[in-house]
Amino acid sequence: MATRIQVFTKPGLPDYLGERVRKRIARDLAIELASVRIGEIYTLDRDFPAEDLEKLRRELFTDPVTQESNLSEPAPVFLKSQKFDWIVEIGFLPGVTDNPGRTAREAIEDLLRVKFQKSESVYTSRQYLLRGRLSRPEVGQVTSALFNPLIERAQIMSRKEFEQAGGLSLPLPRVKLPPEPPVLSVDLNLPDEELSRLGKQGIVETVRNGREIRRGPLALDLDYLHAIRDYFNREGRKPTDLELESIAQTWSEHCKHTIFAACLDGVDGLFKTYIRRSTEEIRKKRGRKDFCVSIFTDNAGVIRFNRDFNLVYKVETHNTPSALDPYGGAITGIVGVNRDPLGTGKGSRLVVNTYGFCFGNPAGKWEPLFRDREKENPVLHPRTVFEGVRRGVEDGGNKSGIPTGFGFVRFDPRYRGKPLVFVGTLGLMPARIRGKPSEKKGARSGDLIVVAGGRVGKDGIHGATFSSEELHAGSPVTAVQIGDPITQKKLGDAQLEARERELYTSVTDNGAGGISCSVGEMARECGGCLVELEKVPLKYPGLAPYEIWISESQERMTYAVPPEKADEFLGLLESRGAEAAVIGKFTDSGRCIVSYRGKKLMDVDLDFLHDGLPRKTLRSKWNPPRQPELKLSEPADYGEVLQAMLSWPNLAGKEFVVRQFDHEVQGGSVIKPLVGVEEDIHSDAVVYRPLLDSREGVAITGSLFPGYGDIDPYWMAADAIDQVIRNLVAAGADPGKIALLDNFCWCSSDEPERLGQLKRACEACYDFATRYQAPFISGKDSMFNDFKGFDAQGGPIKISVPPTLLISGIGIVPDLRRCVTLAAKSAGDLVYVLGLTRKELGGGQYYAARGEKEKGGAYVGASVPQVRPEETLKLYPRVADIIKEGLVASAAPVGEGGLGISLAKKAMAGCLGMEIDLSRVPKGPGTERDDYLLFSESTGRFAVTVDPKKSAKFEKRMKGLPMAKIGVVTNEPVLKARGVKGKEIIRIKIEELKEAYKKTFKDW
Amino acid sequence: MSAKPKTLILTGYGINCDWETEFAFNQAGARAERVHINDLIAGERKLSDYQVLAIPGGFSYGDDLGSGKVLANKIRANLRDEVLGFVSGDRLVIGICNGFQVLVKSGLLPQPTPELNQTVTLTFNLSGKYEDRWVWLAGKSDKCVFTTGIERIYLPVAHGEGRFFAEEKELSSLKKNDQIAFQYVDSRGKPARGNFPENPNGSVLDLAGICDPTGRIFGMMPHPERFLYSTSHPNWEREKELLSRQGKKLKEEGDGFQIFKNAIKYFK
Repeated sequence: MATRIQVFTKPGLPDYLGERVRKRIARDLAIELASVRIGEIYTLDRDFPAEDLEKLRRELFTDPVTQESNLSEPAPVFLKSQKFDWIVEIGFLPGVTDNPGRTAREAIEDLLRVKFQKSESVYTSRQYLLRGRLSRPEVGQVTSALFNPLIERAQIMSRKEFEQAGGLSLPLPRVKLPPEPPVLSVDLNLPDEELSRLGKQGIVETVRNGREIRRGPLALDLDYLHAIRDYFNREGRKPTDLELESIAQTWSEHCKHTIFAACLDGVDGLFKTYIRRSTEEIRKKRGRKDFCVSIFTDNAGVIRFNRDFNLVYKVETHNTPSALDPYGGAITGIVGVNRDPLGTGKGSRLVVNTYGFCFGNPAGKWEPLFRDREKENPVLHPRTVFEGVRRGVEDGGNKSGIPTGFGFVRFDPRYRGKPLVFVGTLGLMPARIRGKPSEKKGARSGDLIVVAGGRVGKDGIHGATFSSEELHAGSPVTAVQIGDPITQKKLGDAQLEARERELYTSVTDNGAGGISCSVGEMARECGGCLVELEKVPLKYPGLAPYEIWISESQERMTYAVPPEKADEFLGLLESRGAEAAVIGKFTDSGRCIVSYRGKKLMDVDLDFLHDGLPRKTLRSKWNPPRQPELKLSEPADYGEVLQAMLSWPNLAGKEFVVRQFDHEVQGGSVIKPLVGVEEDIHSDAVVYRPLLDSREGVAITGSLFPGYGDIDPYWMAADAIDQVIRNLVAAGADPGKIALLDNFCWCSSDEPERLGQLKRACEACYDFATRYQAPFISGKDSMFNDFKGFDAQGGPIKISVPPTLLISGIGIVPDLRRCVTLAAKSAGDLVYVLGLTRKELGGGQYYAARGEKEKGGAYVGASVPQVRPEETLKLYPRVADIIKEGLVASAAPVGEGGLGISLAKKAMAGCLGMEIDLSRVPKGPGTERDDYLLFSESTGRFAVTVDPKKSAKFEKRMKGLPMAKIGVVTNEPVLKARGVKGKEIIRIKIEELKEAYKKTFKDW
Repeated sequence: MSAKPKTLILTGYGINCDWETEFAFNQAGARAERVHINDLIAGERKLSDYQVLAIPGGFSYGDDLGSGKVLANKIRANLRDEVLGFVSGDRLVIGICNGFQVLVKSGLLPQPTPELNQTVTLTFNLSGKYEDRWVWLAGKSDKCVFTTGIERIYLPVAHGEGRFFAEEKELSSLKKNDQIAFQYVDSRGKPARGNFPENPNGSVLDLAGICDPTGRIFGMMPHPERFLYSTSHPNWEREKELLSRQGKKLKEEGDGFQIFKNAIKYFK
């Protein structure tokens, strides 16, 4: 019989978590509650003697100082001491990962020395006690803000109902599955129309009342299905459902990047032609100075850090899951990308996480959107998405002990249907392990296949194919998962021990496609595999074999373990609290063979599995958008404009995000995400010391400019690369040791116009990676970020994200004691601008902010910033040198929002004033207006401050480069600027600037 | 006593500051090694072989059921005698952040009892939020081994459950027995008086760290192991620039080292 243990804060004590919820509800819903108190409910679905239950309640579940609790069975009664007007209980739906529930079970097993049987479990739920005069619909609104119906269920009762019913109780989320479905063989010799349906809607599971029930999209195009049909016709049999699902996973856009591999307008693959070629050319040109180690072949890119260590970096996206369940999607994303460096080479230690979020506008008017015509499945408000994603990355990083270092948040209404959630992880790996290169791995025939970490459930089935399809009402909610950082932490720690003892020959992570992809990939290293699916540890019985094979249940790694080391490996993992099982062996048969309870369900040629997919042939079209150049009036009050810009969501301070991410764990933080005397101004790059006994550092940054893409994706890509290089150089990185990553988040990639934009961006990637000699070392693409749904009137609506390219960069800092921040240091220091300011405001933040204010949407304009390598290639190495020589007291790249924002941040960070003369700014033609000078986003610029004693030397070193002294740092904390006509146009106290910078997200 | 005190850095189940804590102890002059708690339980390593036990920060068991609670439960259920034996000898124990939470929830602080019952607590921050920020601390205890000679120190906190809370009688006994080791203060050393952000979590009495009545068992929420180099300080490069104008150099060592050095000094 199940027993509930209900734990509340003692009535006399404040409940601060409840209070935070109360404030959020007041802010987001304008519903004022008198109080919110939260109860944690643990339902033990197992019999215990009464004295054991009491011991658990007292010693394990209750904090004796702050909490009170009771036991109830079977009907939960309420703690009489707690007062409320309404009660809401929220619990998980069956099969959703319940991390505290799992911990509770382990803790009970420890304390009582008992073992839970498979059918026994602990479930957690939460009660919210609401006080206040609320109507039932208002309580409904509050409840909607507290739970996500895709993964949770809620029950609401008034005090009276509660008393009449004698308590409240959610059904236990026990997973109950029908008997496992039979294995099907699928006939592919069908008319094309039927085949197409099979690809789009999936295999017919059964026919009920004349209606076909299908399993969900395979996302296989007709030409793919033809290839599969021909293969099995040659084999002389029909494929099983498992074979078809397996091939669909392996050939998915997500896994094979079919668009980047396609022949486009006769170009032999965008990836090969632009991205990979640029890296190959750079490596060749560098020769012995090449610092790339393992590129584009493994789960993450590997570069040399120093003689003894390599850096391993990967950035991923988790957009679709984050749209459905922001918390679950984001935590699964960050914990998932952790596994890439963990599964690269022999596996690395994880040293920094990065993030980038693109959301719809968090404030202002919100027009509801729905996934279905019936309007039952609403799109989450951008604020809810933001908070959920932020919390997911918080828990994913903090609980894993990885500092969440660099990141940014960007807003554009076009992200409201589908947010973009970028997550990255940097790893550190010894260059050699026991004398062997760590980046090399290889399963050998005869090695055992070991899967370790989490167990397998129905989670994420059709996940890989899912993100390749547009998001619509039929999207399976099995795609929603919740990551479990502790399970992965235990496994990751154990893996490091196993690595040092050489207990495995190869490792890879389980991501999209689950073991079908991980085992299938590793099988290529030796030429075959033989898997016995019944040996895979399951969360609950009833999974079909194909589900076990393609399930994307999280926190799993796959290892190739020599048979003689298996006992030691399994013993080590067990002693570290990590579960593992041998599920088969690697072979050299040339085939991927999968059986279940003695019956062979898959027997496919490995070459066909990986290389049998026909290449797509695509056509693109590039229509240069003809955006009219804007003619905006000159603002009357520049102080006001500067403040408005600092409050503009894309430029405003988001300290609350950074503070909730542990960015200092591991003890190596050098340049932090928040800098300045009061530690409250965002930096453009961060620097970490990954090895505590070395003075070498790694600088990390990232950049994206979707607004520029509205004018020309070529410059969008070029500018992002330039910004990344500049951010890293300003932080103290060696410009000769910078590596780049690309993450393309595109939309409607089946439309020639979108592909035309894509090609433009790729061309710029090639052009500027090679010009800057900064190789791409890894990347990822997500090609269909389109929302197709319905508006409040039930009318169909499609919202595509703007084509978005995130460029991430890491740079090696030879001596981190030379790093500088953007903060001005001392009154009397001279302010210099390096690089030319041109009239390049198109697609930038000034136009966007003014457009929003004047017409309720961004102005675009035509003058997109361009990159001029003939100027920047001279300037950047010199800037790196003068930083190294200690000639500048502060350095900042001038980026979005232009010089105005850059100078304001410099002053705010230093808590010092500035006197600026804009007429002195080195400028190109057309910049006769002060707003152009202040807010143009021309690339290639830095703002630095210099000790007057060093200014002569500084100027000498900068000779021949576009550079000018434009002002001085002052003790009086006021920013003053004179305009081109010599008139004072700005005079604002630094504290007022700071207030503007902070007010947008003040109460978050 | 050996010149290099043997120091056990506990690991496992989501402890995650073990590497830098090991590094800190080793740099300070200890012979430190990371040991998985299951190796202690299995008897493969013996606590009695060590002179210092350090429980580092992290997220043991993901803070489920309350921070530190489940790891404390594991220690109480499996290592009670070993731990009680350890602390009864002339040995040192330090718990940092999650380690402090474990010491409190396993009843080793403020004073070990035979049953290892919890008497005070560390609970959710007043803001209801996780906070990573640097704070000023003042050393207040004459008996705490680890804080000896530290008047004021700037260190980072990074926690969601750092608010020290206890009944009045526990608080007065802490005061009476000189067990208040660290308190949050402002940049000039004045008591934070519960004000955010100087007191980042709302701890009563601005408590940031306490020791047992012997001064040998110590727990603190801030992270000294994150300030081993001057370059970890949020404003180090400002400091460096201003010093260089006076012809001075920024020292390389960070202030956090002092706490680990004090442990080593104790055995000298």
